[in-house]
Amino acid sequence: MNQDGTGLVTRSGSLPSEPYDVTVVGAGVVGAALARELARYRLRVAVVESSDDVGEGTSKANTAILHTGFDAVPGSLEARLVREGQRLLSAYAAECGIPVERVGALLVAWDEEQLAALPSLLEKAGRNGHDEAALLDAAEVRAREPHLGPGALGALEVPGESIICPWTTPLAFATQAVRSGVDLHLNCRLTAVGQGDAADGTPHTLRTSRGDVRTRYLVNAAGLGADTVDRMLGHDTFTVTPRRGQLIVFDKLARDLVRHILLPVPTALGKGVLVAPTVYGNVLLGPTAEDLDDKQATGSTAEGLAGLREKGARILPELLDEDVTAVYAGLRAATEDDDYQIHARPGQRYVTVGGIRSTGLTASMAIAAYVTGLLADCGLDLGGESRELAPVTMPNLGENFPRPYQRAELIAADPEYGALVCHCERVTRGEIRDALASTVAPGSLDGLRRRTRARGGRCQGFYCGAAVRELFDRRDWLATR
Amino acid sequence: MRRERTLDVLIVGAGPAGLTVAAGLAAAGAGRVEVLEREEQAGGVPRHCDHGGFGARTFAGFTGPGTSGPRYARSLVDAAVRAGATVRTGVTATGWAGPRTLDTTSPEGLERVTARAIVLATGARERPRSARLVPGSRPAGVYTTGELQQAVHLYGQRIGTRAVVVGAGPVAYAALDTLRRAGVAVAAQVTAEPRHGTTPWRAAEARLRHGVPLLTDTVVSELAGRGRLSAVLVRHRTGRLARLACDTVVFTGDFVPDHELARRGGVPLAPGTRGPAIDAAFRTAVPGVFAAGNATHAVRPAGAVAAEGRRAAASVRRFLSSGEWPPAVRAAR
Ligand SMILES: Cc1cc2nc3c(=O)[nH]c(=O)nc-3n(C[C@H](O)[C@H](O)[C@H](O)COP(=O)(O)OP(=O)(O)OC[C@H]3O[C@@H](n4cnc5c(N)ncnc54)[C@H](O)[C@@H]3O)c2cc1C
Ligand SMILES: Cc1cc2nc3c(=O)[nH]c(=O)nc-3n(C[C@H](O)[C@H](O)[C@H](O)COP(=O)(O)OP(=O)(O)OC[C@H]3O[C@@H](n4cnc5c(N)ncnc54)[C@H](O)[C@@H]3O)c2cc1C
Repeated sequence: MNQDGTGLVTRSGSLPSEPYDVTVVGAGVVGAALARELARYRLRVAVVESSDDVGEGTSKANTAILHTGFDAVPGSLEARLVREGQRLLSAYAAECGIPVERVGALLVAWDEEQLAALPSLLEKAGRNGHDEAALLDAAEVRAREPHLGPGALGALEVPGESIICPWTTPLAFATQAVRSGVDLHLNCRLTAVGQGDAADGTPHTLRTSRGDVRTRYLVNAAGLGADTVDRMLGHDTFTVTPRRGQLIVFDKLARDLVRHILLPVPTALGKGVLVAPTVYGNVLLGPTAEDLDDKQATGSTAEGLAGLREKGARILPELLDEDVTAVYAGLRAATEDDDYQIHARPGQRYVTVGGIRSTGLTASMAIAAYVTGLLADCGLDLGGESRELAPVTMPNLGENFPRPYQRAELIAADPEYGALVCHCERVTRGEIRDALASTVAPGSLDGLRRRTRARGGRCQGFYCGAAVRELFDRRDWLATR
Repeated sequence: MRRERTLDVLIVGAGPAGLTVAAGLAAAGAGRVEVLEREEQAGGVPRHCDHGGFGARTFAGFTGPGTSGPRYARSLVDAAVRAGATVRTGVTATGWAGPRTLDTTSPEGLERVTARAIVLATGARERPRSARLVPGSRPAGVYTTGELQQAVHLYGQRIGTRAVVVGAGPVAYAALDTLRRAGVAVAAQVTAEPRHGTTPWRAAEARLRHGVPLLTDTVVSELAGRGRLSAVLVRHRTGRLARLACDTVVFTGDFVPDHELARRGGVPLAPGTRGPAIDAAFRTAVPGVFAAGNATHAVRPAGAVAAEGRRAAASVRRFLSSGEWPPAVRAAR
């Protein structure tokens, strides 16, 4: 922690020698949410993350939907945490300016089997507390989505489904956590755990790629690495099998083709893909679902992309006429169980938060609150009531809210917000400067892109790539201005 | 809170096309003629083509050496300004507020500019790796020629040590020159075509003098590497695969018009080029809206584009005096 009560953000060097009360392994959306939640108590908290940024794992590469949980298995832990998380994150997003658009979802049925599955999905939605869901007939579906391909037989409408910015979300959590005293150690990989002793209070010694650090309580939010970390503490209860999801991002000029999130109807016969708008104004097509054994296999494949395009052509034929802006793939942390793998080990002062497979963005804040409760059950003294954290305001990356280049008053006060650098995404020098000087500053050009959208547009750097890199390379100088 | 202004002609894009349109109109006394350029320097693509061959004239079958891109860009800007046109840099046309009204953003603030005629001269760009659907990882070290040239010629950035160049059109050979200037060795050049697409002399120079092998009938099938590019996987027409170790790849050519502004304004595109559809007088289907230069076709030499700009200027001038817009073009919508 710094003198002024804010936390440290470190990327190199040795770690503080004073033991922490709680250390969270992993700065994905789950670990970051937990760090923020813990920051509300009088605790010394650290996050250790093996990559050079927040949200560098699965959290940066998903379909960016703030789910209602209408289709969750009723009664499961996931169902409960998704429902609560959706409510908490919606409110939090509004408070700190994380872009969210409540566009609603349509589960479109393309054959009789899918059509026949809709009533039971409606009933399930009702059991999960989503009474606003409704069935639409073919004519209604067409009226709602005029660009849909031929052959849609009907749909289930789920009005609450929303799209959200997956990059700003973990960053907002981490920013608020650090400003409230949490230390964030990046490029810091946990390699082994020397276990302490709960009886006499001896802390654990965490061996990391940057040396040792001590902590009384430990939370494993290591995503794809959660099983590995669990084994460091002697548990062999689950194995993470990465399930890859490849996605295609289409040009912004496609945005008007689709109004809702178009979800596939789950049936016994294989999985469909979704078409969804993004808060940046693009259209997503995907994901695939491929079980792999390489936890680093975040590449795309020719077969994967061809398969997606074939399915997309059926759902929204005109989409395929538009240029592709980006392709990416994320790995779901699937385990042998369908539910989240959240386990408290009081004797070890340790909590595992694993198997957060395909709903973790939505559920993150609820998971954080739940895990904080488990830590208290394990004996962690929260030191009294939680406090309100000083609010944070995140830069807006959403198209549905005013961007700096559109704001006369902002440009009048600081002309740097009128100086466009990335033309496709309309990112100004002012925004890039702010990101480079922010609490959790980017460690790479990709990190800068996730904070500003710079270089993320259709030209992928043809126009602005060199100029953005120049600003990034001069970041130390820019940050002092 | 937008400052509203009116003009006679508003030209979007200060590349060779926009600048020659502006010069032609201003010299002919077309009134208030203004060119908007979103970059800090006017001149368009030639600004960063730091090699010769620009504006070369062909006379009696011989083509002159021409001049360097940056010098050519400056001369076009000077000519437009001398003729009486206003060239404004750092100003982006962001969208439409009416049939002939554009909204702009610049450090000076927001404006709404209405003109009697609008010329779209927004140029073209190369399709990047993602739009070409090249699978694989997403490492650093992946360029288009446009980015590469700016990185080397405008900023002197470090590129890498060993590159693969994708494409064998004229622009690919410009990329080879730039890589050489940046001290990057070239492992190979690959093209899906059966042969190169430049002059025999250029092709022979690259292959023989600089030792760059050209792999024809070959496509890039995958990029590999975590963090930084480590190899490009290629596939020959026969199905034979090869792995080319490199830390840099440059995707050249495959131009696509920068048509966002046209489409947002409801200007219909030509299916073949994906640029605004125009008639022989550079008229789009929207009355008062013209388009010229690479925005309307695949890439052509800057000199040819400048010549188009001069003809477009004459056409705009005729429209300003007659106000006529042939119904035939309108029907093309
Ligand atoms: C294709 C796809 C689509 C999805 N769509 C949605 C959606 O629409 N809505 C939704 O709510 N969810 C969605 N998800 C799920 C969501 O993305 C995940 O549930 C969520 O990102 C998991 O976050 P996490 O923090 O648990 O994991 P991660 O983001 O993977 O974070 C774990 C972190 O731990 C670090 N780490 C691992 N091992 C170590 C170690 N030994 N030492 C230090 N650090 C370590 C990693 O570097 C990583 O940063 C989707 C997922 C995928 C793959
Ligand atoms: C890598 C490369 C190498 C080349 N080498 C040669 C060569 O050796 N010899 C040769 O003769 N030709 C060469 N060319 C071709 C030549 O540069 C182009 O044909 C010429 O620049 C086209 O001119 P233009 O005005 O149509 O477009 P551009 O030069 O692309 O200019 C368009 C301008 O419009 C601006 N603009 C776009 N949208 C907006 C907006 N909304 N608001 C404000 N401004 C906007 C852009 O910033 C840009 O400056 C090369 C091209 C490339 C890409």
